[in-house]
Amino acid sequence: MTAGTGTFAPRPGAAPLPRMIRAQAALETRMLLRNGEQLLLTVVIPTLLLVLFSAVDIIDTGAGKSVDFLAPGILALAVLSTAFTGQAIATGFERRYGVLKRLGASPLPRWALMTAKTCAVLVTEVLQVVLLTVVAFALGWSPHGNPVSVVLLLLVGTAAFSGLGLLMAGTLKAEATLAAANLVFLLLLVGGGVIVPLAKFPEGAQAVLGLLPISALSDGLRTVLQHGAGVPWGDLGILAVWAVLGLGAAAKFFRWE
Amino acid sequence: MRSTPPGGDPQTPGREPAVEVVGLIKRYGSKTAVDGLDLTVARDSVTAVLGPNGAGKTTTVETCEGYRRPDAGRVRVLGLDPVADAAALRPRIGVMLQSGGVYAGARAEEMLRHTATLHAHPLDVADLIDRLGLGSCGRTPYRRLSGGQQQRLALAMAVVGRPELVFLDEPTAGLDPQARHATWDLVRELRADGVSVVLTTHFMDEAEQLADDVAIIDGGRVIAQGSPEELCKGGAENSLRFTGRPGLDIASLLKALPADSIAAELAAGTYRVNGRIDPQLLATVTSWCAQNGVMPDSIAVERHTLEDVFLELTGKELRA
Repeated sequence: MTAGTGTFAPRPGAAPLPRMIRAQAALETRMLLRNGEQLLLTVVIPTLLLVLFSAVDIIDTGAGKSVDFLAPGILALAVLSTAFTGQAIATGFERRYGVLKRLGASPLPRWALMTAKTCAVLVTEVLQVVLLTVVAFALGWSPHGNPVSVVLLLLVGTAAFSGLGLLMAGTLKAEATLAAANLVFLLLLVGGGVIVPLAKFPEGAQAVLGLLPISALSDGLRTVLQHGAGVPWGDLGILAVWAVLGLGAAAKFFRWE
Repeated sequence: MRSTPPGGDPQTPGREPAVEVVGLIKRYGSKTAVDGLDLTVARDSVTAVLGPNGAGKTTTVETCEGYRRPDAGRVRVLGLDPVADAAALRPRIGVMLQSGGVYAGARAEEMLRHTATLHAHPLDVADLIDRLGLGSCGRTPYRRLSGGQQQRLALAMAVVGRPELVFLDEPTAGLDPQARHATWDLVRELRADGVSVVLTTHFMDEAEQLADDVAIIDGGRVIAQGSPEELCKGGAENSLRFTGRPGLDIASLLKALPADSIAAELAAGTYRVNGRIDPQLLATVTSWCAQNGVMPDSIAVERHTLEDVFLELTGKELRA
């Protein structure tokens, strides 16, 4: 290489991996938190639903305080909103506007980009959980159970929803992803045991709805937080199967352009 | 001048060409985008890739960048395979896509700083922002930047990592004249500092101004390659134009000129001679004028521009 002294004299090189991932994760998190529509989905809607349905007796949530039934469901909804809907829409538009393509030519490896995205999702979820927990306590929530089981459920649930969200973002057009991700959010909100107990549905439907990742997550969280049970292996198993299927399909079918 | 064989220029031993493409074929379904393309780009040079829309420029460049896998042929960039050796190659090249590439909500300066962070020895970001006139919009989100500002940001992102080779896909499309000249200055400086540059463009003056080497692509092949001067003096003949009083005797002028010359009065008092325009011919025309008592008000040798050559090679019909 010519030993140049000019401003632009070549001196190529990738930054150390940890620095790249840290910077990318910070950027992805800022993009998530700066986006008004995303905040509506991840913060405003779950908080509103929690407050509204706890304060006003709209839905029969069974024995006990309604916040004890609702808080675990809303935590599941928070994971759905960030890991699935938010990530699918954001990634879909990043793909559409060539952001993923351009990053593909940077020194940042693809796996590192996905790691950074996961970090951004987890950071957002931590903020959501803190906020929703505070609101739930203010509404008189009295949770039970082992926090480790809760964290385990949230993590496997995040993996399951991320896989499905990325699969959608990496295969559909950005506009189709936007529509479909919002529709799925709405359907799962209603039919996934988030605010409406699955017991309200006909028995045949219950068996199917119970296999949805959102139902497994909200049921698992409720089993622990409302009823103080140990690790809900059945729900964890369902989430793990969704995670393997979703992430596997995303890895296989994701198109970067 | 068709297809000056590439790869002729000797390289410093141990230093591979910046880009070496041999027999590249790339198909999309039944459509062949690149059809046996050969291209060699020397180090420390600026190479302009010209061609009508759909000629295969972007496909070729994106294959060099590692985005496309060749269906056949051999591609080496800085001696590396862009797909197999991507991890080693990516830190060494800078890429400016034709459009996009930035988070809609990211601010201009934020995105440039981030790109710099991905590199080990980046340029000074503040200086680069200044140089490309992005200072006033540093805090503006990408989606609210003008087209020209978006282009300049993409250019800054391509060079901030101090690459050895940059690929610029239509770097001045949509720029105003000031921004265009700022971009040209930057490209010249890159070259002077030892960076190799490959750019695609539709602007002939851009290629003439910047390029050491021009490759004209059509139908997925390089149909001509050489310096702008070589291409312009190559196939097409030049002409000589002079003005005098109307109605001069063309036949007597033709008798004085070499046999294969053509002369015509284009408009009243404006004459053009086509043929091999050399000092001897110029002397013949002026002495003929002197003999006939004609004072040429103006006399000029008209060289073919790159645009003439381009249109001659690729045809004048509109492309999709």
